[in-house]
Amino acid sequence: MTEEDTPATGGRYADGSVGYPAHPIGPDGAASTGEVVLTGIAGTVETWTVSTATPPGVRAPNLLAIVSFDVDGGPIRMIGQVEAAAIAIGDRVRLGPPTQLRDPERALRPQGVQSYVGHRFVPVED
Amino acid sequence: MFVDMERVAIVGAAMTRFGERPEWVAELLTEAAEATIADAGIDRRRIDHVYVANMASGEFEGHAGIANRLVHDCQLIDAYCARIDQTSASGGAGVYAGWQAVASGAATCALVVGAEKMTHRTTAEATDVIASLTHPVEYQHGVTLPSFAGLTARAYLHQYDAPRESLAHVAVKNHRNGVDNPHAHFQNAVDLETVLTSPIIADPLRLYDFCPISDGSAGLLLMPESIAREVSDRYVVISGIAGATDTHVVHERPDPTRMGAVAASGERAYAMAQRRPTDVDFAELHDMFTILEFLQSEGLGFFDPGHGWEAAMDGVTARDGALPINPSGGLKSKGHPLGASGVAQVVELVTQLRGEAGARQVGGGVGLACNVGGFGNCVTTTIVEAAG
Repeated sequence: MTEEDTPATGGRYADGSVGYPAHPIGPDGAASTGEVVLTGIAGTVETWTVSTATPPGVRAPNLLAIVSFDVDGGPIRMIGQVEAAAIAIGDRVRLGPPTQLRDPERALRPQGVQSYVGHRFVPVED
Repeated sequence: MFVDMERVAIVGAAMTRFGERPEWVAELLTEAAEATIADAGIDRRRIDHVYVANMASGEFEGHAGIANRLVHDCQLIDAYCARIDQTSASGGAGVYAGWQAVASGAATCALVVGAEKMTHRTTAEATDVIASLTHPVEYQHGVTLPSFAGLTARAYLHQYDAPRESLAHVAVKNHRNGVDNPHAHFQNAVDLETVLTSPIIADPLRLYDFCPISDGSAGLLLMPESIAREVSDRYVVISGIAGATDTHVVHERPDPTRMGAVAASGERAYAMAQRRPTDVDFAELHDMFTILEFLQSEGLGFFDPGHGWEAAMDGVTARDGALPINPSGGLKSKGHPLGASGVAQVVELVTQLRGEAGARQVGGGVGLACNVGGFGNCVTTTIVEAAG
């Protein structure tokens, strides 16, 4: 894997709010003051879907979830693929290692505009 | 702030048949533009502004500069022209641009035409063109607009303890309405069982929860009301129109079941029209997915949050209900040629207000259209009323 991955870090802003992804300017109108690292912590599945009509170069079916991480200033939410056979609202997950998420050669948006390497959610074993 | 502003009238309205069409986007634009000019019955030399609403003619068929093409093909030279792209809300944004031109006095006769040609591409290709509006952290995971709908539908059903069947009622209703619309992509009724057993597209949503990929075009001709009175005895007026924008990253919204830009654009349009949600007699909402009809009807204040599903199941939003929603068949049945849809919504309002809707005619003198881009990312709301 040669492509640089999308870092799993959100932004922290002067007004105390957080968000993912980090934006150049926060809700308070000021530049981001720091990062929130989301790897290594567990979050909760807020909702999920299995997409069967996927674009070229995307796995099918594509299990996707919106996950909420309870962090200082949070919650902070992420959307992403899930590496699991099934999932439910309320399940606990964490981010797995960087992986190729879709085939960049078949995506409409060229590499360089964005990365196609990122993190899938994986279930947290109780 | 709107007290002294002259009202903008719609003097012409027309649309092509939506569906799988052999024509390319420029030909569809011309068909709708010519039908709109003919409907208005005015000399084309009066047209001084032209707005072409279109999301992706470059991506779909490698054709940029389509506003210029339309002006030349319809011999509207030397009118000012511009292409308006606001993704799926391009049509509503085009209407807003035309309204701004006339209301400001920059134009005395503005032609607004929306169009998209999509069906020559595979479903996967068309889905990716539309998904290219997403943020990179969404796009890299293969997130599509249908998958946003699945994620949101699951959250809505969970949060409000609504039955899955409530979404199917939207599909059944809008397909039934589309039977009586000769311009609709689909003119066939479906039953609940058909919807609920159709293939899963984005769980819990199934095939019949989604609008089709369509080709088509629609047009409107706008003038100041003072001039409209002289040239038309069947004009209607835009009494309120506004737009708003929500987060680009959908998951950053605090509640996925609330569409902030729908609410904001609606409140602004109501304020301009000096109307309230209870004044609206019928509405055309952006039911690209069945769940969106619930979210918009709540965001626009027709129903309390979490209660839109009850209205669908109780028949309140049916054509013979207290608040008919999508008498045209909506995007669900009529089809969704991206740039055309927002214009076609207003064409339906005009048709209804003129009393020309035939078997799908509903009553009342105040209609509302809500056009949604992305998954509530950018929204326009337009209120149209009978003149008088």
